[in-house]
Amino acid sequence: MWNGDYLFLIRNLVEKDFKVRYRNMSLGVLWSLLNPLIMMALLTFIFTKIFAQPHERNFPLSVLCGLVPYNFFAVAWVTGTTSVLESSALIKRVPVPRQVFPIASVLSNCLHLLIQITLLLGIVLVYGRGVNTHWLWLPLIWGLEILFVMGLTLTFSAINVYVRDTRYVVESANTVLFWLVPIFYSWTLIPARFKGLYQVNPVAAVVLMMRNVLLEDRAPLGSTLIRLVFVSIVMFATGILIFRKLKDGFYTRL
Amino acid sequence: MPLIEFQNVSKWFPHSTGRQLLRTHIARWFGSVHHEPFYALRNVSFRLDEGESLAIVGSNGAGKSTLLSLAAGLTMPDQGAVRVKGRVAALLELGAGFHPDLTGAENLVLNAALLGLSKRKTNELFDKIVDFSGIGEFIDDPLRTYSSGMIMRLAFSVAIQCEPDILLIDEVLAVGDAKFQEKSKEALVSFRRAGKSMLFVSHSPGAVRSMCDRALWIDHGSVMMDGAVKDVLDAYEGRAVMQQRT
Repeated sequence: MWNGDYLFLIRNLVEKDFKVRYRNMSLGVLWSLLNPLIMMALLTFIFTKIFAQPHERNFPLSVLCGLVPYNFFAVAWVTGTTSVLESSALIKRVPVPRQVFPIASVLSNCLHLLIQITLLLGIVLVYGRGVNTHWLWLPLIWGLEILFVMGLTLTFSAINVYVRDTRYVVESANTVLFWLVPIFYSWTLIPARFKGLYQVNPVAAVVLMMRNVLLEDRAPLGSTLIRLVFVSIVMFATGILIFRKLKDGFYTRL
Repeated sequence: MPLIEFQNVSKWFPHSTGRQLLRTHIARWFGSVHHEPFYALRNVSFRLDEGESLAIVGSNGAGKSTLLSLAAGLTMPDQGAVRVKGRVAALLELGAGFHPDLTGAENLVLNAALLGLSKRKTNELFDKIVDFSGIGEFIDDPLRTYSSGMIMRLAFSVAIQCEPDILLIDEVLAVGDAKFQEKSKEALVSFRRAGKSMLFVSHSPGAVRSMCDRALWIDHGSVMMDGAVKDVLDAYEGRAVMQQRT
């Protein structure tokens, strides 16, 4: 029915999100940089001074390698989950393909991811760690994380129309995840019998691989990477299928 | 080949709509909630041919808006079939996609994209749309500084200028001041003259008479009458008068 310009529409929706968010902040994009820096400083203070743990030399950097992928994941998942509901005025009036709303929501969060990645790489350089060829893995790792979040967002934004409590489930899951992703502790600290728990967690995989590349100057572990590729593709396909199945019921439920 | 064709279309809504909560679903699984569905449309058939303008009349809650939503492709019928050919622009609620923090120009482009226009086409039509809206220099101000009349004018201008094949209109002719109303009426007349089609929902018999050739009267979701505007309006208004007397 709607055979318009897909890309132009998505670009406009992403631009709208971005403009609306930053026009109301006097410091603008600076907030995107300030937030992870504050968290990094806070976690570093707590875990090296108050609750002192055996830690790596580059603790702040290691924390930031965890915060950037985690923040993107958590924020993109929650805002994406509510994206369809928040576009209900449009969904009931304009016959645009419904999946543009979660997709645009994730993509607009990718802009913030990009800003934070720039910050992270800048700090890596400040720490005196040079660029190496393993950095070529980074776009792939982030691409997979985006794909995974996209699938998750498609799934949950559709379910959220049917069960409005979904968004609170997502928020709680994110809180749990903050502790279950190795943000302020390293992989080596995790007891062997719990390592399996982390190996099935895609966000943990992304964090580990970023540390491999940025802190340990080595390529990500092949087995972890393959697992992430598989999980991301399956999640994305699942998201598309579930969304397609549920979208016809949106109109009567919004 | 009709542009729009409804074949025995029925559409119903569950009564509990609007409370999509976990406990509602759980209650339904255990079978403690039983509601008869509410029929918005019941076995409706009609067609809209090329170059034709069809008015939909009926009292509040008769199913007019549901009918437009189905024609616009916003939702699927529960029974029967809806066929639509060509690009539809639905003026259901003007300004649905507008954001108060964006400027008039930014909202214009976003709205054009929502209606399915390409970037090239939007750039091409931009000046024409601004010109038609009469917003002038305010086009670069944020929308929240606009009066509601200005917002409606901008929304109407985007929809009418985006060159659809079929226009679906829900009670929006009363947009803006007298001058703009005159202008929008003219735009609709020239739209018709170009051989395009319209589905037109209005409570104003004057507007219906001047804009349409045919009318469809629906009541409680069922078609009461389908015919020439004059006959249908006479019957519809006659019944309204009868009801008032009794």
